[in-house]
Amino acid sequence: MIVAGVDIGSLSGETVLMRDGEILSYSIVRTGADSAKTAEKATDEALDNASISFGDIEYTVATGYGRVIVPFADKNITEISCHARGANYLFPTVRTILDMGGQDCKAIKCNDVGKVTNFAMNDKCAAGTGRFCDVMAEVLDEPLEDIGRISLEAERDAMVSSACAVFAKSEVVSLLRKGTPKSEILSGVHEAIATRVFALLQRVGIEADFVITGGIAKNIGVVRKVAEKVGMNPLISDEPQIVGAIGAALFAEELCKKAKHKDRSKSQ
Amino acid sequence: MIVNYGYTDGSGDYYIVIDTDKCDGCGKCVDACPQNVLELAEDDYGDIVVRVRDEVKSKVGYVCLGFNPGCSKNEVNCRSVCEHDVISHTW
Amino acid sequence: MIVAGIDVGSLSTKVVLLEDDRILAANILTTGEEGVVMARKATDEALRKANISFDQLEYIVTTGYGRKSISFAKESKSEMMCHAKGAYWLFPSARTVIDIGAESSKIIRLNKNGVVEDFVGNDKCAAGTGIFLDTMAKALEVSIEEVGELSLKHKEKAMISSMCAVFAESEVVSHVHRGTPRNDILAGIHDSIAERIFGMSNRVGIMDDVVMTGGVAKNIGMIKALEEKLGTILHVPEHPRVVGALGAALVARDSK
Ligand code: SF4
Ligand code: SF4
Repeated sequence: MIVAGVDIGSLSGETVLMRDGEILSYSIVRTGADSAKTAEKATDEALDNASISFGDIEYTVATGYGRVIVPFADKNITEISCHARGANYLFPTVRTILDMGGQDCKAIKCNDVGKVTNFAMNDKCAAGTGRFCDVMAEVLDEPLEDIGRISLEAERDAMVSSACAVFAKSEVVSLLRKGTPKSEILSGVHEAIATRVFALLQRVGIEADFVITGGIAKNIGVVRKVAEKVGMNPLISDEPQIVGAIGAALFAEELCKKAKHKDRSKSQ
Repeated sequence: MIVNYGYTDGSGDYYIVIDTDKCDGCGKCVDACPQNVLELAEDDYGDIVVRVRDEVKSKVGYVCLGFNPGCSKNEVNCRSVCEHDVISHTW
Repeated sequence: MIVAGIDVGSLSTKVVLLEDDRILAANILTTGEEGVVMARKATDEALRKANISFDQLEYIVTTGYGRKSISFAKESKSEMMCHAKGAYWLFPSARTVIDIGAESSKIIRLNKNGVVEDFVGNDKCAAGTGIFLDTMAKALEVSIEEVGELSLKHKEKAMISSMCAVFAESEVVSHVHRGTPRNDILAGIHDSIAERIFGMSNRVGIMDDVVMTGGVAKNIGMIKALEEKLGTILHVPEHPRVVGALGAALVARDSK
């Protein structure tokens, strides 16, 4: 049985193809203006990689922000559930997942089979998301990829006390004017975002093992600060982008089996 | 599953917390809410439970009157009609 | 008896000099780094306008964000209380005061004697404050004085769905890229602030008459957007920025 999981996010689309619980292939494409096209493109690429055809897919589950517009999906499931399921597949011991994206942040707790038991998400305030780092990198005139590394050079944190990104930006501007080293400012910035993220984690409760996914997982400065607060070293997956699509494929497999079972009992 | 609908912004935490395992899908809270915050829907694991409507999620702090002082003044609100203590608020 | 009220805000300092029931002078100065120095300077300027000396001031009350740091004042009072007092003095029929300043917004409900009944405020999130408007004006390269007028000339309001200033700014930028007319975007921005204020009003309730104060009250686009959202008319004082300082001066006058 071959199934597909399609995750359409705001920046990229991913498809994972699975046969009997094993990943056959996957693909990652940038999201275009049209979510349906993105889904098709991602799926075509994954099919090419596995050298199979569209007709071989028995069931498709779509997830992510653009999930409702995937035309060939049999069902759509929220990214929260798919994320938990995917993380559980990659790391069966994981109970707490922190997904830090550019525009949102999610804290998810799941059980031993990857079922969500508690979750919270923040996509309304820039201060707890990757956007906070974008804004600060811009003010400090440093490339986003470098700010994590630069912050590690700091001997102490500069104090960034505002919870709001806009007010914090003014604080950073006046720190710069006072001649505070950039590394210290960045360290303070990472501390500020880690505080927000940690509060979200505490809302759902933290239990070992703990994994960080999403784009911000690449910022070593933020990861360290979060790890310090949590008091646990996070696992970080190599391919954090396809976690959601893996989960979707696993749901597809389960739903496909159920559907077949129903058909069989009907025909009998 | 415990679901925290809402957000934290600079001014504080605004979450409506729903414990879906306790929810029997009776819909009394949906009818009780004067602000049309809630709805019934099937969750990812196939149960019909209450949830916060999508349009409201990113502004629950403004739309939902909360228990203090808004809805607490009314005798009937989502929490008071619920027999299983499913819904709570953080503000 | 001559008294002074000083409102030490985050971006500007306002002073009102009062003799019994008569305003002698009002003055606004943009706050620099140090609160006391600015407050003294702003007061001296007001004194010069009224042609009186510092020694003639019998009582000084401060309010606002930096009110505690003014050593030459006798007393400091909360912004809420001073805004209520100032607005009630100007409009005795006022039951609700909406104040939108540079970095804060609040809604105060009064009873018919001008006593505060309920209050909701925000100075921690830039959404729904003057700085939100500033940020968007900058992104659109329009001066802040013009945004209100221009927003009224919209054809079709653009949708700004985020209330967060940072996310809204990105929405504005993408509207610009898509070629949405500037005035339409401005109308959307004003609606976004109105929506936030409306949300706050849910918690205290709005009762007529409504008075609007603070720097943003000078923005006609904002007044119209709020009137539409709240379904009532807003009364705007001639000098909406000094209402807090006026209230402080009234407290000073009554304290003797
Ligand atoms: S507290 Fe009131 S407004 Fe909020 S969800 Fe419950 S019933 Fe609705
Ligand atoms: S606190 Fe600041 S960053 Fe957060 S929502 Fe408000 S404006 Fe945006």
